[in-house]
Amino acid sequence: MTGQLRLIRLYRAVVYPLIQLTVWSAASLVIISAVTLALAVVFNRQVAGGLTLVDFVVRTLPQVAIDGLTIGFLYAMIALGYTMVYGVLQLINFAHSEIFMVGAFVGVEFMLLLNLPPDQPVQGLLLVILLTTLLGMAASGLLAVGIERVAYRPLRHAPRLVPLISAIGVSFFLQDTVRAIEGLVNNAFFRNYPSFPALNEPLTLASVTVAGEPVTVQMQAKIILIIVVSLVMLSGLNYLVNATRLGRAIRAVAQDQATAALMGVNVDRIIMLTFLIGGALGGATGVLFGIRVGRIDPYVGFIPGIKAFTAAVLGGIGNITGAMLGGLVLGVLEAFAGAYLSQFTGGAFGSEYKDIFAFAILIIILIFRPTGLLGEIVAQRA
Amino acid sequence: MTTEVLLDCRQVTKRFGGLVAVNGVDFSVERGRIVSIIGPNGAGKTTLFNVISGFYRPDGGEIWFEGRRIDGLRPDQVAARGISRTFQNIRLFQNMTVLENILVGMHTRVRASAIQVLLRSRAFLDEERALVEEAFRLFRFIGLRANPNELARNLPYGEQRKVEFARALASKPKLILLDEPTAGMNPQEMAETTQLIRRLRDELGITVVLIEHQMRVVMGISERVTVLDYGEKIAEGPPAEVRRNPKVIEAYLGRGAALGSAD
Repeated sequence: MTGQLRLIRLYRAVVYPLIQLTVWSAASLVIISAVTLALAVVFNRQVAGGLTLVDFVVRTLPQVAIDGLTIGFLYAMIALGYTMVYGVLQLINFAHSEIFMVGAFVGVEFMLLLNLPPDQPVQGLLLVILLTTLLGMAASGLLAVGIERVAYRPLRHAPRLVPLISAIGVSFFLQDTVRAIEGLVNNAFFRNYPSFPALNEPLTLASVTVAGEPVTVQMQAKIILIIVVSLVMLSGLNYLVNATRLGRAIRAVAQDQATAALMGVNVDRIIMLTFLIGGALGGATGVLFGIRVGRIDPYVGFIPGIKAFTAAVLGGIGNITGAMLGGLVLGVLEAFAGAYLSQFTGGAFGSEYKDIFAFAILIIILIFRPTGLLGEIVAQRA
Repeated sequence: MTTEVLLDCRQVTKRFGGLVAVNGVDFSVERGRIVSIIGPNGAGKTTLFNVISGFYRPDGGEIWFEGRRIDGLRPDQVAARGISRTFQNIRLFQNMTVLENILVGMHTRVRASAIQVLLRSRAFLDEERALVEEAFRLFRFIGLRANPNELARNLPYGEQRKVEFARALASKPKLILLDEPTAGMNPQEMAETTQLIRRLRDELGITVVLIEHQMRVVMGISERVTVLDYGEKIAEGPPAEVRRNPKVIEAYLGRGAALGSAD
């Protein structure tokens, strides 16, 4: 009986969220692709390069989808930091974007310190990147714990706006501290991740012919790496939260702090560990993000942070699966808007409008589902 | 039966601003007893529970449990010493399964270290399995009929009460504080719960303190009754004696009633 029960619990904790994640990301991709294609058919005309709009969409769609998923996974990992902290403290941790930024800086400094020659083989690079990611996780996790101890714990019983202001203060403090340090040491406040040809080389995953047109799906090695690392971390977190004793305690504290304490759960310790986990995810994302974009500065956390927060709200804040889903949906929307907005509108709106487009969709979803896509848990608690 | 004092509250006081919710209350419980705290609404009964369980820090007085001071400890530390409780309004973790609720209740008893948990060591897995098996024994003990994998919020009221009982027992407490365990129950359920409380003491050896409004339950099972009114202890003794105490009748029914019964 207990053996069978274990299986059920394992299914609920690990398999079900993964299926949910896959189905949702596939579904959002399919829906958004279908809408895009339908629009292309309706508004079909000649675009640059002697192609019709439909041709253009068909040729670029797989690439855009991969881009969307990559950004989506990164948003999802940052969003988890927001949503977990919100879950246990009902606090929007605005310093989380800076925790992410510090992870990116620790990563870049480490990689620059190693000073590897650029012609590294892929295997060695993967190891280096994994090490860097772990280092970024450790740094950001500890930083998050420190912030909680110094800036939030003394304000635990203050009105909710007070720790929020404290969070914004911490955010500015970290931005300018990193800027000051980098400025003093390197005489410039931005840093570039070293570039390795082996990681940037596009690998052709598939090459198919659609309606007589060759369509190739290519991915850089670093993008594959980002997706794999994200998937491992998201699955790991799901397992941690849903199937372990620590996760049980985190959920208990999130649902009812007072009762959890009376049942023998050390609430302060659980809150600390929540910050550690959320911060570590943020730090890992910082490193991966830095590898993807190359150049980072102390303000690099702001936009991804705001978007990840949005993703957390979109998925239903406080809900862990929701944060993953919200991140994916937002990333895919943004990639599609960035790729197609200019072609569809005949150049009236360029790809720089992608954020406006993504946020407009967000507002529409929240009008019809104020608790977010998976937000029933919040409704229950409120 | 020995008369060892398990819980000893000495001159416990708790204020909320200008309101003195509990005022210099002396309250002690011997091991193996079932005792009740009664009193009109707002008398400070639940506040006293909250102070004992570490949820509030007392403004004055001392609380001793098994010869050690426990006032000022955090709630989780008090729970670890062996005091467990249920709530007036059910406070289950609504979005967890029944089984998970019980496992949270066992939190204080976990021996495996974080490293063992992460490595899924043999010892950890054995411990986890043992805890699940014990949870099932608890379900049988309290007569839970619901599916252990059901979310707590989907259970009917009576079953939720039972799960709360089981969760309070999961930490293997020496003392259990029950806050109105029969609230909202029909006579049949009330009789079952009364029986269950007696079995906690007789079969598990747990000392029981309950807050109760149902006089039938109070008179039926408690060996001693303490009466609070406006935060102060106004009477204490065997149920039959307390029932005849004019001060108690006055507190419950008003002064006229007390005079009437004194005639």
